[in-house]
Amino acid sequence: MKHPGFINSIKDNEKDMFEWSETNFLKVKKIIEKYPSGRKQSAVIPLLDLAQRQNKGWLNKKALEKVAETLSMSFIRVLEVATFYSMFNLKPIGKNYIQICRTTPCWLRGSDKLLNIAKEVTGCSLGETSKDKKFTVVEVECLGACCNAPMVQINDDYFEDLNEDNFKKLLINLKNEKEITKGSQIGRLSSNPERKN
Amino acid sequence: MPKITINNKVIDFQDGMTVMQACELADVEIPRFCYHDKLSIAGNCRMCLVEMEKSPKPIASCAMPAADGMNIKTNTELVKKARQGVMEFLLINHPLDCPICDQGGECDLQDQALHYGFDKSRYEENKRAVKNKYMGPLVSTIMTRCIHCTRCVRFSTEIAGVDDIGLLGRGENAEITTYLEKTIESELSGNVIDLCPVGALTNKPYAFQSRPWELKKTESVDVFDGMGASIRIDSKGKNVLRVLPRLNEEINEEWINDKTRFAIDGLSRQRLDKPYIKINNKLEATSWDSALKLVASEIKKRGAENTSAFSGKFSDIESLYSAKNFLNLLNSEFYDCRFDNTQFVAGHRSSYLFNSSIQKIDEADAILIIGSNPKWEAAVLNSRIRKAYLNNNCEIALIGPKINLTYKYTHLSNDISYLNNILNEKSDFLEHLKNAKNPLMLIGSSAINYNDGIEILKICAEICNKFNIVNESENGFNILNQNISRVGALDIGFYSKNFDRDFNGSLTQHIKNTNPVVFLLGLDEINLSSLKDSFIIYIGHHGDEGANVADIILPSPAFPEKTSTFVNIEGRVLQTTKCFNPIGESKEEWKIFRALSQEFSEQLKFNNLKELRQEIVKKFPHLNQLNTLPDKSEVNFAKSHIIDNNEIEYNIKNFYMTDSISRASVNMANCTKEILNRVA
Repeated sequence: MKHPGFINSIKDNEKDMFEWSETNFLKVKKIIEKYPSGRKQSAVIPLLDLAQRQNKGWLNKKALEKVAETLSMSFIRVLEVATFYSMFNLKPIGKNYIQICRTTPCWLRGSDKLLNIAKEVTGCSLGETSKDKKFTVVEVECLGACCNAPMVQINDDYFEDLNEDNFKKLLINLKNEKEITKGSQIGRLSSNPERKN
Repeated sequence: MPKITINNKVIDFQDGMTVMQACELADVEIPRFCYHDKLSIAGNCRMCLVEMEKSPKPIASCAMPAADGMNIKTNTELVKKARQGVMEFLLINHPLDCPICDQGGECDLQDQALHYGFDKSRYEENKRAVKNKYMGPLVSTIMTRCIHCTRCVRFSTEIAGVDDIGLLGRGENAEITTYLEKTIESELSGNVIDLCPVGALTNKPYAFQSRPWELKKTESVDVFDGMGASIRIDSKGKNVLRVLPRLNEEINEEWINDKTRFAIDGLSRQRLDKPYIKINNKLEATSWDSALKLVASEIKKRGAENTSAFSGKFSDIESLYSAKNFLNLLNSEFYDCRFDNTQFVAGHRSSYLFNSSIQKIDEADAILIIGSNPKWEAAVLNSRIRKAYLNNNCEIALIGPKINLTYKYTHLSNDISYLNNILNEKSDFLEHLKNAKNPLMLIGSSAINYNDGIEILKICAEICNKFNIVNESENGFNILNQNISRVGALDIGFYSKNFDRDFNGSLTQHIKNTNPVVFLLGLDEINLSSLKDSFIIYIGHHGDEGANVADIILPSPAFPEKTSTFVNIEGRVLQTTKCFNPIGESKEEWKIFRALSQEFSEQLKFNNLKELRQEIVKKFPHLNQLNTLPDKSEVNFAKSHIIDNNEIEYNIKNFYMTDSISRASVNMANCTKEILNRVA
């Protein structure tokens, strides 16, 4: 399966719907105001992001066309942007979007093992969404938290200093919708040296 | 003037030029894929790398502005190596399918690989493969061959004005496509085929037909609209296989419309190849001799002085002149070219010309379009208006039903009587018109094709005088004729005041009163039922509606089969070139009239094409000047008065099928089905 952010085509599905929610519509106005008048196309990335957040983490055809319409752009121009950035997903994803960093520092510190754990707990391989729609697992390039490698981003939060045990625990808690700790899993403060007890 | 050194040669260049343009001034050719004169600069193929002094690495010459004192080298080892490296990268994912590629033999990548390519590949991984995209009935795609130069994307957004094509994804996943793989909805879509430097976008109807070196290439002139674009006709035997544009900055730049390019398959369908006579309501083939004898006897029987002739969309000066003179020999003056009832002011050449010249549109900063849909009447001209809109912030206003013109315009009214408001300064658009330095007025046939047409022309001329559209130095009074034959026909006087103002009405009356013999010179676009009581002789090349009602059909060659003289909308005299001999037994119109005149007491004097042309030029000296703009003619028929309400209705209902050739074309039928009918 392909990474949902690396898809070049969109499907026309009658059932897909998209309209700006009331609160987001106000946000749209604010975002466009940030750019000079007559240059509202500049707001395409923040608007796509807003639309994606509103639409459960992915962009359907209606959402893309809504963004295009809001910014008076042609559909193809918006689709170009949405397909260029892998952060815009063009097919549905699970509730927890697990992005495992695989760039050298994390890989040296065992990101491969994390991937195996993720596959084992969620039951889905790379790019796939689990049957219960709770997880989607993807690999990503460096997320910039190398000092606390290996790390994983789940939705908007970073989970650092992972190993097989705490990552497994983390995923099981997510699966059972229990509370989880964000950030470092070994109690490290920002990127301070690791404390040996 | 700033100076630049190129390969140790110092040359002058103009400010604003790029290094590549400066190199061209120095006669140094730079290889390129993404760069194109008429498009914006992308700088993504990297093939044009050159060495610049003091630069640590080679620079992309297409995107680097030339500066005073630069020292550029294009023939060093570094440049060669850099280009070889670029070429190797381009070829990594390019398939080795030249033997089955339609671009083979005229492919930029193939040619440049000859100079910069390695003889073997060092790449051992799998090549990428890309799914082909659907782009409509005219453009076929083999996307694996694409090298992502994005010329097609830039063409469609900048020139054609349709945001349809785009580059999706990035890096190795980049793909060119149309949104949701729909058809490119542009009249200029075929030009992406010429622009594509590789074989990714190719001509669908021409697929696997021929190799470029097998074709006979004839430089000619387009006849499908009034502009007379420069084209090259590629033929094999008696088949026209494709039509390509020729560079002509004054008329069509580098583009032609899809009808010119693709309607040519109609040339081999529905052709009239033999003379036919209608016997018992059935057309039967006959010989030229008996057909001409019958025509002559029918003319004598029905009264020679009432014999009529009406010209069609492709009538050249030679046919019109011989037809007119033939009728004059018979003492008849019933001939006309205004089958669509488009009016002009008799005695004023400027009342039917595109006076400002097509190239002047580039400088326009205000254009008032009256009753015209330039996108369909002259698609390439419309792209010039778009260019003025983009480059000069040209303000455009339209009187006529709202349409998509690919640029923004102010819609003034559907009704022609809005001209009263303009003349009386009751219009918001006047502000732009008054402030403009180079204002233009563009009047379409649809505004002047009814009884009051002449009044419309006069009031338009008055507006032009009042708002400085016409002055001593500039003449912005433009009529956009739809047919290549029209200006020439009016030039040589192929009209009669019998048919002034109301062509259809006076035609019906004339037929009713005299039951004459009527010659239709390839004319199908009139109300043929009004000709019921006449004896119809159809001289043309296609079995269209006119041939259906004809009593006698005399076949004549289509435009690639004869050399003809035309006058384009600007009044520029153009000559087409013969590609091959006429199909079947068809004969040029002037030969037909010459032979017919033999049956009468007085004969036409010319014996061959040369003598005919000499005679024409002697009578109309201005037709001797090929390819030059006519002298400025004055607009001095202005008259102010109040015109009545009249809703404008565009007379072209289907861009793809406007004449007998395009109506016989399968390609155009496909376009109608997939582009026009789908939108509606």
